Amino acid sequence: MKSCVLLACVPDTASIIKISVTGNRVDEAGIKWIISPYDEYAIEEAVRLKETTSGHVTVLTYGPDRVQATLREGLARGADAAVQVKGGEATFGDALAIARVLAAAVRKTGPFDLVLTGAKGVGSDNSLVGAMVAELLDLPHISGVLKLEIGDGRLVAEREVEGGTEVIEAPLPCVLTAQKGLNEPRYPSLKGIMASKKTTIQSLAVADLGLDEAALAGSGCRWRALDLPPSKTGGTILNGEADPAAAARELARLLREQAKVI
Amino acid sequence: MAGILCFIEQRDGGVRRASLQALSEAARLAGGSGGAVTAVLVGHGVSGLGTQLGAHGATRVLVADEPRFAQYSPEGFAAAIQAAVARVEPQAVFMSATIVGRDLSGRLAARLGVGCLADVVRVWLDGSTVVAVRPVYSGKAMATVDGGTSTPVVVTLRPNVFALEARDAQASLEPLVVPDVAIRAAVCEVVAKEGGELDVAEADRIVSGGRGMKAPENLALVRQLAQAMGAAVGASRAIVDAGWIDHAHQVGQTGKVVSPTLYVACGISGAIQHLAGMSSSKTIVAINKDPEAPIFKVADYGIVGDTLQVLPALTAEIQRLKAEG
Repeated sequence: MKSCVLLACVPDTASIIKISVTGNRVDEAGIKWIISPYDEYAIEEAVRLKETTSGHVTVLTYGPDRVQATLREGLARGADAAVQVKGGEATFGDALAIARVLAAAVRKTGPFDLVLTGAKGVGSDNSLVGAMVAELLDLPHISGVLKLEIGDGRLVAEREVEGGTEVIEAPLPCVLTAQKGLNEPRYPSLKGIMASKKTTIQSLAVADLGLDEAALAGSGCRWRALDLPPSKTGGTILNGEADPAAAARELARLLREQAKVI
Repeated sequence: MAGILCFIEQRDGGVRRASLQALSEAARLAGGSGGAVTAVLVGHGVSGLGTQLGAHGATRVLVADEPRFAQYSPEGFAAAIQAAVARVEPQAVFMSATIVGRDLSGRLAARLGVGCLADVVRVWLDGSTVVAVRPVYSGKAMATVDGGTSTPVVVTLRPNVFALEARDAQASLEPLVVPDVAIRAAVCEVVAKEGGELDVAEADRIVSGGRGMKAPENLALVRQLAQAMGAAVGASRAIVDAGWIDHAHQVGQTGKVVSPTLYVACGISGAIQHLAGMSSSKTIVAINKDPEAPIFKVADYGIVGDTLQVLPALTAEIQRLKAEG
């Protein structure tokens, strides 16, 4: 089983978001960058498949040099090879342009039986890239995978839908996006961390991928502005320490008469 | 403006409410600019669902009613919408940002070679450009995004944000011919969730429990309040990771991002990742023993006290008020 895991490097989920001076980005000063949490499930699944069926795992990402730390973590978690497509500034906020770069890089470094990524890149929160890459590579895709079984040239996956679970069958090669619950990602081992430092990250330029300018221009989607959500002021907070039942009655009254939600 | 095409999702013989919200918003937008709204229904045995769509803003309904669309597939449905796009040449394709909508929109946008504005909470037209506001960083910030030059731009609208409107109008139904397409990833079975629990992503009201519930069996108090309020049950990451409840219930940055009318946080201190997932809710109620808990900073109403004592009293009072009518 040869797998390629697409990683996104995102601000730590504990980050406090501030707006940049340009008014349409996050102020990156003081931001700690991490692997997008859903991508950890994708790496873990690829590494488990390698361990049970033999094979090879490549981690691939597109971005400036800070993504190298993300790739090293992927290697420490058990991947065998890492690829960085340098760049990312020009395509910020345009999922189609990003997907075109990733799809071209997968094509160049493949072939792969399986392409995996997280169900969502925490940050831009688009949940688009997996399905877009699949369409661009003319592969089937299954998003939000919670359970995976691979047979002879085919796979069976489960995913959550509103009110139930779908069981989906697809041939290999296929693109999957990983949902929380697919597995329990392991922490990088010391041995893995040491080995990851010795692996050379393959570096690609967007120019190496044979994409024309129109393809790179993507859809033209862009972020015009970024604002912080309005902050709430002065909620009605009742003290229920002495008499919880009285506080509960008063809260129910407020919800009915003032908020009108009961 | 060439109008808006709106994909209508159906399941178990009914149109999804979230799709009617998206359709209502499409009609509001098109009404202001003189464009028409065309709905597109894809499925098998679904033609009967088309007639009601006129009441929610569609002037035409294109119906792809074939056995190969009996189950949702991103490849099949993207091909059907592509055929509708070719026929209508809309300025935008709307759909609700449900699990299906979010799965389908990426595939469709890449197929059409256009952009997608995902999970938007406001949308308008700036000349001929579609502009929208969407939460990013799980709601810690709001991005104003535009679809640039790409036509049609695909827009997914967050459920429960846009008002559903009904009027007295009829839509005309027309069959939609969809070319052959390879459907490789196909649903072979759908297993319904036991007890028909409401899903947090779609719920209009949510009651969530956290570590302050002290033990998994105490979640029964959260469930009872949820039932009294007609709400779905949500959870903090802490109790999902502790195995008290399934991940499907998790609200927050690595769970579901929700904007219900009413969100009740029980024994949840309000980690930044949890706040990111729910702080855009309309009315927020917090019940927690720690007056310094961050959840109180986003709460409209709250009780500082023992959650395990407050919840049964609140449930009983709400049942009493509802019985009074």
